[in-house]
Order: sequence, then C-alpha cells, then structure tokens
Amino acid sequence: MGKAEGNGGRGKVAARDAHEYAEPPVVITGICGRLGRRLARLLHRERPIIGIDRRPFQGKPKDIKHEAIDIRRKKTRDVFRSQRIAAVVHMGIMHNPRSSSTEHHTWNVVGFQKLLDYVAQYKVPKLIVLSGAAVYGPNPDNPQFLTEDAPLMGSARFSELRDLIEVDMLAQSFFWKHPEVETVILRPCHILGEVRNASSNYLRLPRIPMLLGFDPMVQVMHEEDVVRAMILALRPGIRGVFNLAGREPAKLSSVIALTGRPTVSIPHPVAEMALKRMWRLGMTSFPAPELDHIKYVCMVDTTRARSVLGFEPKHDLASTVDAVFAGE
Amino acid sequence: MDAGQCQATLMGPMNRKTALVRLDNERGRTPFGIGRHLLERASSLLYRVAGEDFDERVRRVAEQRDHVDPFGFDVEWTKWALLAVSVLYRHYFRVEVEGIGNVPQGRVLLIANHSGQVPIDGAVIAASLFYDADPPRAVRSMVEKWSQTLPFVSVFFTRCGQVVGVPENARRLLEMDEALLVFPEGTKGISKPFSERYQLKEFGLGFMRLALETQTPIVPIAVIGAEEQYINLGNIRTLAKALGMPVFPVVPQFLIPGAQMPLPTRYRVYFGEPLRFEGDPDDEDAVIQAKVDIVRATIQSMIIRGLKERRHIFW
Repeated sequence: MGKAEGNGGRGKVAARDAHEYAEPPVVITGICGRLGRRLARLLHRERPIIGIDRRPFQGKPKDIKHEAIDIRRKKTRDVFRSQRIAAVVHMGIMHNPRSSSTEHHTWNVVGFQKLLDYVAQYKVPKLIVLSGAAVYGPNPDNPQFLTEDAPLMGSARFSELRDLIEVDMLAQSFFWKHPEVETVILRPCHILGEVRNASSNYLRLPRIPMLLGFDPMVQVMHEEDVVRAMILALRPGIRGVFNLAGREPAKLSSVIALTGRPTVSIPHPVAEMALKRMWRLGMTSFPAPELDHIKYVCMVDTTRARSVLGFEPKHDLASTVDAVFAGE
Repeated sequence: MDAGQCQATLMGPMNRKTALVRLDNERGRTPFGIGRHLLERASSLLYRVAGEDFDERVRRVAEQRDHVDPFGFDVEWTKWALLAVSVLYRHYFRVEVEGIGNVPQGRVLLIANHSGQVPIDGAVIAASLFYDADPPRAVRSMVEKWSQTLPFVSVFFTRCGQVVGVPENARRLLEMDEALLVFPEGTKGISKPFSERYQLKEFGLGFMRLALETQTPIVPIAVIGAEEQYINLGNIRTLAKALGMPVFPVVPQFLIPGAQMPLPTRYRVYFGEPLRFEGDPDDEDAVIQAKVDIVRATIQSMIIRGLKERRHIFW
C-alpha cells in the first residue's frame, strides 16, 4: 500500500527545458517514499525520470529531476505541458488513517483525477497505478486466492480505505475510457521492507500480537519485487490489472517466527477494544479494523502477473522478512 | 510456548539474519502449543488404537504434498486429528467400509449424504480414506464461511484441510488433484429432523458444474448410521438467526448431562462406482439437474440397500 505523504518542505520548481531529454521521461509521483526512491534508483540509468513529490528527496541521484510540488496544484500541469512524457507511475497515494478525511480524499481522489486528465490530454501512452491487495479486504468468505475480477470489499469494514478503492476504480474506468493509454493497475499483497507501511511496522513490534485462535495464511512480498514488477509493467503492450505476491503463501505464525520475535495472543474482542482506545490516545498507528488482516485470509491469485507480465518474485520468504530489518 | 518458539526468542537477532527458523523446523510443532508431555502420553494410547501402520500411512500422505499447502493444510496437525478420530472410527462407531477401492487416484469428487446434526460423517469418510484405502489419502472438504469467524475452529479446520465453501476454492483443489468431499444437501441435510431420516434433501447443482468443468469423476457415497446418533425433533429458525448459526436443532440429548456424546450407532459407509459425466458446465439448470438427479438417485438407492442389509442400529 502507498505510504503517508508527510508535509515536507516545498522546494522551488526547477527551470525546465523541453529539449533536455534524449527520450521522453517517466513521471513518478510519490517518488520520495521508500518505494519511490527504490524505483528511481533502479530506473534512472535507463530512462530519464521526473519525480513529483512535495517531500524532500534524500540522496537524489543527479540525473533525476525532482519537482517538489503538490499534485493537486496547477504546476503539475506544467510538467506535462513542457515535454512529452513516456509514462506516469502513480505511487503518490496517501494512506494515513490519522490525517483528516477531507485531506485524504482531495489528495487521493481529486489529485489523481487531475493526473488522469493530464495523462489523457497530453497523450501519455502509459499509466501505472500502485493499488494494493487490501482493496479486496480480508473477509471470512474470501476464496483462498482472489483473482483480479473479485469485488473490492476492502472498505466494507474499514471505511478509511474508501478512497484507495476509489483510486483503483477511477483507474479502472480510465482503462476503459481511454484505450489509447496503456493503463496498468498493480495490486501487491503485503509489501515488506524498509517501507513504513502497516505490515512492515507490524513485524517491527518488539512483541508481535496475534489474535487468539486465528492464524491465517498470508502472502508477503519484498519491496524490491514490487519495484521490479513496476519496471516490467513499463514495457509497451502491458495493460490491465495485475495481482502481485511473493513466492509462496505461509502461515502468519511462520512469517512471525522468521523475525525471531516473541508473539502474544490476544482474544479478538479484547484486542479490538484496546486498539480502539489506544488509537484515540494516539498510542498506536494501527486502526482497529486492520485486525482483520491477521484474522481472515486476503490472498491473491498471481497467475496473470506470471503469464502476462512475466513476473517471478526473486526473494523467498526468509529474505523478504529480513528486508524489514535491513535498515536497522 | 514450545521448544521451537523458545529457541526463536532466545536467539533473537542472530536468528533473523541467519534465518535458522525455516518452515521445515516447524515439523515438530504441536497444535496450539499443547504441552509435549501430555500429547505424547495421549498419543501412545491412541497409537495402539490407530494401528501399527499409522506413521507409515502419515508418511505416505505427506510425501505426496508440501508440508503446508497454499490453503494452510498441514499434515502435522491432521495427524493429531486423525489419531483422535481413530477412537471414534474403530471403537465407538465401529465403521464398516465397503467399496473403498472404487475411489480412483487423482482428482475425485466424493459426494455423500449429510446427516447426524454434527458433521461426524465427514470425519468418518475422511478417516476411511486414510485408514482403509490403499494408498491412504487426505480428504479435503468445504466448510461454512461462518466457521472462519470462530477462534480455534478456523485454525483447526484450515490445518486439517477444510476450505471455505466457495467454487473458486473447489476448482483449485480439484486442479491440484485432491479428493474433495462435498455434501450437496448442505446444512439442510445434516439438520434433518428424525422423522425425515435417510430421505435425501434437494442437491445443489454446483458440484456437477464443477465436475463437468474439471472433468472430475464422481464417487457416490452412502453413510448409514449417522442419522440415529442424535435425535433431532425440529429446528428453531428464529434462534438460529439470532445466534448467526446456520441451524438450531432441538436435540433432547444435548440437555441430559453426560449424554452429549452421539449414540454409539454402527456406521456403514458405502462407496459406489465412479460416475463420469460429460457436457457443458454452463448448461441450463434443467440439463444440470438431470445429471444431478442421477447422482442423487444412485446415493438414495445405495442408502436403501444399506438400510435393508442392516440388522441392527447399534450392531
């Protein structure tokens, strides 16, 4: 899932030159997140990159142009107006249940709508949107592996997820309305790595809570594999929705065992009550509905990603879990 | 906390880097972390019941598959469940099995009548394929999604190879060449009142579409003896709804202290010859219904024959 966009400082917009690039650049939104930086570092030697993110870019390679602007602002249009763009990779999705829902909504939905307008208007041939398997939502009646056409039920119990689903839906309707643009929607399962998302943060807890009497099968994937999938999706001819996952699903308890950390089992009603209270006091970054992820199955079928996208995860379970602690 | 976990805790950071805890290391783990001692003592007793070749059979089942499959089926857990069931299977219900050789290798749909208020029939069929079939097989079956919301039950079912009853899961299991047990009567069948015993309810059509789509042979199964284990006088629909349960049967036995166990009837399980169907899985309901009726009639006639042959409910 996308990461929280902080209120980073706003740098000045660098002067642009339409003839600067040998080939049209790739625009990456949300480039300053850990996933965005990883993608930029992997891609910048092969293709020119323009990053859009209002946060500062730490350790930016010199050949990447960083526009520290808010995608809702008009200045974003200038990026598209001043040169031909080869592709847009949209990772600038805010998922911070703490921020106000208006801010959340305008950022995710209104901002994305504007981006879609630019893609259509300036004839960008490729659009990649990083959604997530959480849009399907963990439900007791989920099939073991959800295919790409499964209904997006993620907000049924967790209403904060609504705009992530809306973004996914907007991208889907854009796919149909603009056949001239190759729209790709990626729905990775739990991404593990240096990213500060809920699943990695969960494994970083000193004592990892589980729900008493529940131990669902889970899929995790290394952040590098997600980035590799995005690069594969940049190839011409690739379009549509792709579920992404790591090599093999495992019991939640097995994933936790790989961290070497102790677990504590808590009955669901107790955990829910405690988490709600802690949430109100600002003592936790996990909203109570996310407990469903350690209770029910939410796994995806990756047949399409393997056959059409040609994606094979490189990291196995152990190295994926290790990646969470790589920065320590 | 068991040994594996203790080790994991003590070794902390080193463990993480070197990943000493591999999935295979969990082979020794016990379900729910029940004390090893207790389990060992209980199991030595159970081994005597289950028979000398129990471990050999477990090994033969395990060698055909991964340690933990994508559905969460875990041979290690299933082993304990099968050990526990062996007492019921051998001594309590003294199950008689006929025609087990009719179950072909590879993918197969096991279609059975459902009865007895509590799904012991499922466990008995699974046990018969483990203890009496050669080679022994693990049976997969499908459970109500409701069971997934119950703590412990959900884990137990999942580890023993039960999957949530949606068509996608069934299709995937058959494509994995598993033996899939389906009760097409559903909860209507299992919670029949005593007055309707051994009368098959309507069959769902889903299993037939699945069989046609995946070209799976169907083995009809008749279970005799389960209907009398609990005497059900009727169902209270409003109470079932209020409790979020599929049915709420009235079984006087449940109210008598110490009589909660099912009555020790003798189970008879008949496996019929495999039926193979051909046709379009997306055909109209009427066309599918005709094929389903063949299966239903086969099972009904097997039940009637079984009841005729039965001398006594308990012997």
